[in-house]
Amino acid sequence: MENESGALSRVAGLFSARGYNIESLTVAPTEDPSLSRLTLVTRGSDEIIEQITKQLNKLIEVVKLIDLTEGPHIERELMLVKVKAIGHDERAEIDRLNGIFRGNIIDVTARTYTIELTGTSDKLEAFIVAIGAEKILETVRSGVSGIARGEKSLAVK
Amino acid sequence: MELTGADIFARCLVDEGVEYVFGYPGGAVLHIYDALYRQDKVEHVLVRHEQAATHAADGYARSTGRPGVVLVTSGPGATNAVTGIATAYMDSIPMVVFTGQVPTSLIGNDAFQEVDSVGITRPCVKHNFLVKDVTKLAETIKKAFYIATTGRPGPVVVDIPKDITAEKAEYAYPETVEIRSYNPVTKGNLRQVRKAVDLMLSAQRPMIYTGGGVILGRGADSLNKLVKQLGYPITNTLMGLGGYPATDRQNLGMLGMHGTYEANMAMHHCDVLIAIGARFDDRVTGNIEKFCPTAKIVHVDIDPASIAKNVKVDVPIVGNVDNVLKDMLRVMAETDKKPDAKAAKEWWAQIEEWRGIDCLKFDRDSGTIKPQYVVEQLYKVTKGDAFVTSDVGQHQMFAAQYYKFDKPYRWINSGGLGTMGFGLPAAMGAQFAHPDELVCCITGEGSIQMNIQELATCLQYGLPIKVINLNNRFLGMVRQWQEFFYQGRYSMSYMESLPDFVKLAESYGHVGMKIEDPADVEGALQEAMKLEDRLVFMDFITDRQENVYPMIPAGAGLNEMILV
Ligand SMILES: Cc1ncc(C[n+]2csc(CCOP(=O)(O)OP(=O)(O)O)c2C)c(N)n1
Repeated sequence: MENESGALSRVAGLFSARGYNIESLTVAPTEDPSLSRLTLVTRGSDEIIEQITKQLNKLIEVVKLIDLTEGPHIERELMLVKVKAIGHDERAEIDRLNGIFRGNIIDVTARTYTIELTGTSDKLEAFIVAIGAEKILETVRSGVSGIARGEKSLAVK
Repeated sequence: MELTGADIFARCLVDEGVEYVFGYPGGAVLHIYDALYRQDKVEHVLVRHEQAATHAADGYARSTGRPGVVLVTSGPGATNAVTGIATAYMDSIPMVVFTGQVPTSLIGNDAFQEVDSVGITRPCVKHNFLVKDVTKLAETIKKAFYIATTGRPGPVVVDIPKDITAEKAEYAYPETVEIRSYNPVTKGNLRQVRKAVDLMLSAQRPMIYTGGGVILGRGADSLNKLVKQLGYPITNTLMGLGGYPATDRQNLGMLGMHGTYEANMAMHHCDVLIAIGARFDDRVTGNIEKFCPTAKIVHVDIDPASIAKNVKVDVPIVGNVDNVLKDMLRVMAETDKKPDAKAAKEWWAQIEEWRGIDCLKFDRDSGTIKPQYVVEQLYKVTKGDAFVTSDVGQHQMFAAQYYKFDKPYRWINSGGLGTMGFGLPAAMGAQFAHPDELVCCITGEGSIQMNIQELATCLQYGLPIKVINLNNRFLGMVRQWQEFFYQGRYSMSYMESLPDFVKLAESYGHVGMKIEDPADVEGALQEAMKLEDRLVFMDFITDRQENVYPMIPAGAGLNEMILV
C-alpha cells in the first residue's frame, strides 16, 4: 500500500468497524520507498475472507492485495525470547534446544540468555513449549510475514 | 503567479465548475472566506448549522448527480458536519467537504478548536486527506472530486490547516489525476452479461429489483428499455424510487419492510431475481434465511463488495449500471431467445391477484386528516412533478408509498442512515440546483425541529420551498413500534410543548398554514403552490394513531407481511 501516514489506520479501522479480527499485522517500507508492504493474518469463513478482501481493495491506499493462502506460500515470523539461564545444566539444556530449533543466542548475562528464532508461528510456539513457559522472562514476536512460492510476485508494475 | 492557499482553494472550485458551496465560517477558515469574498464565480450559501450545510450539499447532489460542496471550520464545525457526511456515505452520494484545521505547527497540541477531523470522519467517508503542503493543495482537491464522483460515489473530506491557506504556491489545476491504487471498474464482464441475459430469458417467474445505483449510475433510460423489452415486473427500493416510472403497470411499487404486498410476494416467489444497483439491505430482505427461497440471482453493482455480502449470487456483474444495462440490451438484440410468453401470462395473473388486495388502501371517510391522503393530494396538486425531500419516520414511508415518482433525482431521502433533520436542508440544496422547479419537503413535527433553524437560510436566499408537516404529535415511527412490540408503552415518543408552527414560520418571515379538516387539504395545497415565490409551512394536523402498512415484522420473510 501507499507509504502514507493514514494508510495503516484505515486498514486497522476497517477491521474493527466491521468486526473482523486481526491475529497479527506487520508493516514496513519496501525497496520502493513510496510503498509499504503489510502482511495481515486473520481468520474467517470463505465468505468473510472474500468480504475482507473486497473491503480492503476499496481502500484508496491499498495498491495490490493477495490472499497468500490461495496458493503455496511461505510464512515466517521472528521471535526474540529472554529466558532464565542459571547454572551449567540449565544453560546447556537451553543451548541444546536452541541448536535443535536453529536459533541464535544473541545476548548473554550471568542469569539469562536472549535467543533469536525465525520460522513459522508453529515452530515458535513449539520452542516456547520446549523451553517451558516458567523459564521465559520475555518474548517479542514480529507477527507473520508472508510471500508466495515460485515466480509469482506482488510487485507493482 | 504565486497564490495563497486560500486563493488556490477558490480557484480550484471555479475550475472544477462548482456553483455553490454550503458552509459556515470560523477561525481556521478565515483566509478561505476572505478569498471567497474577493471572487464572484462561486456562490457561498450561509446555512445556520454545519449539519444543514452537509445535507444541503447532499440535496444538491441527489437532485443533479453533481457533487455537493461543503466548507466548515475546524473543531465544532467539523464535528457538526459528521452526521451529514455519514448520511451521504450510507447512500453513496458524491460530496466534497472541506474542513478547516489548526495550523500545522499546532496539530496534536490540543489547540483551540482542534479535532482530528481525518480520524473522526475516517469510517464514514470514501476517502479523506490532510493537506500538509500548499504545493499539493490543488492536486488534492482534484483528487477529492475525482474520488467522490467516480466508481461507487461517496463523500470525501479535505482537511486544510490554516497556515496552508496563507502560504503561497504556483497555481495550476490539474486536468486529470491518476491514482495508481484507484481504478474503478466501469464495464461489466461481457461473458457474465451473456450468462445473465440467458438466465433472464429462461425465467418463468422473473422479478427485477432495482436500487439507488440506477439513479447514481444514470441508468434510468436503459432500465426503462430493458424492462419494457422483457415485460417483467419491477420493484424499486426506497433509494431507487424514480429509477423506473411508478405509474407504469409493470412497476409493483416499493419493496421491503413497508413495501407493497405485490412487490414483496413477487420477490418471495420469483425464480429469477435481477438485482440492479441495489444492495440487499436488511430493510429490503427481511429475514435473510427466508429471502427469495426459489430464486437464481443476477446482481449488477459497481461495488464488488456489495456483491455476495448478504446473499449468495448466481451471476455477479461488477460494473457501472448504465453500461451493463446497455450491454444487456445489445446481447438481447443478438439472441433469438425470447421471454416465455405463457409463463409470463400465468405470472402476471398471479401478480394481479396480489395487487388486487390493494394493500395501500386507507380510510377515506375519516374525520381527521390521514397522512396518506395529504401525500396523495400533494401528488395530484403537483402533478407528480415536484422534487420531494423527506425526513425520517412514518411520513417518509407515506411519501415513498403515495407520491408516485416517474423520474429519477426527484425523490430525496436519507435511506441508509435514516437521519432526522435531513429534509429541510436537503430541500434547500435541491432548490438551489433547480431554482424554477417546485421543491417540497415532507416532514414530521419531530424531524423538522432537528434543523428548523434553516428557515432563516430559506428567507435569506428566497427559497420558495413548500414544507408539508404531517403533524401527529408523536414520534410516529417510534410510537408505531411501541404499539406493536411493547404493548403500547409509549416511552418518550410523545411530542409535548410543540411550537405554533404557523407563528414560527411567520416569525422567520414565511407563510404559515394550519390545516385540520380533511376537506381543506386539497384547497390548502393548491393555495400554497400558488405562492410561487414564498416558503409555505403547511402544518397538517393528522390522525395521531395512524400506522404505516403493510409491514414486515422483524424476523419475518417477505411473504409474511402484516397487511392492516
Ligand atoms: C437523528 C435521529 N434520531 C433518532 C431517530 C430515530 N427515529 C426514527 S423515526 C423517529 C420519529 C420521527 O418522528 P417525526 O419526525 O415526528 O415523524 P413521524 O414518524 O411522526 O412521521 C425517530 C425518533 C432518527 N431516525 N434520527
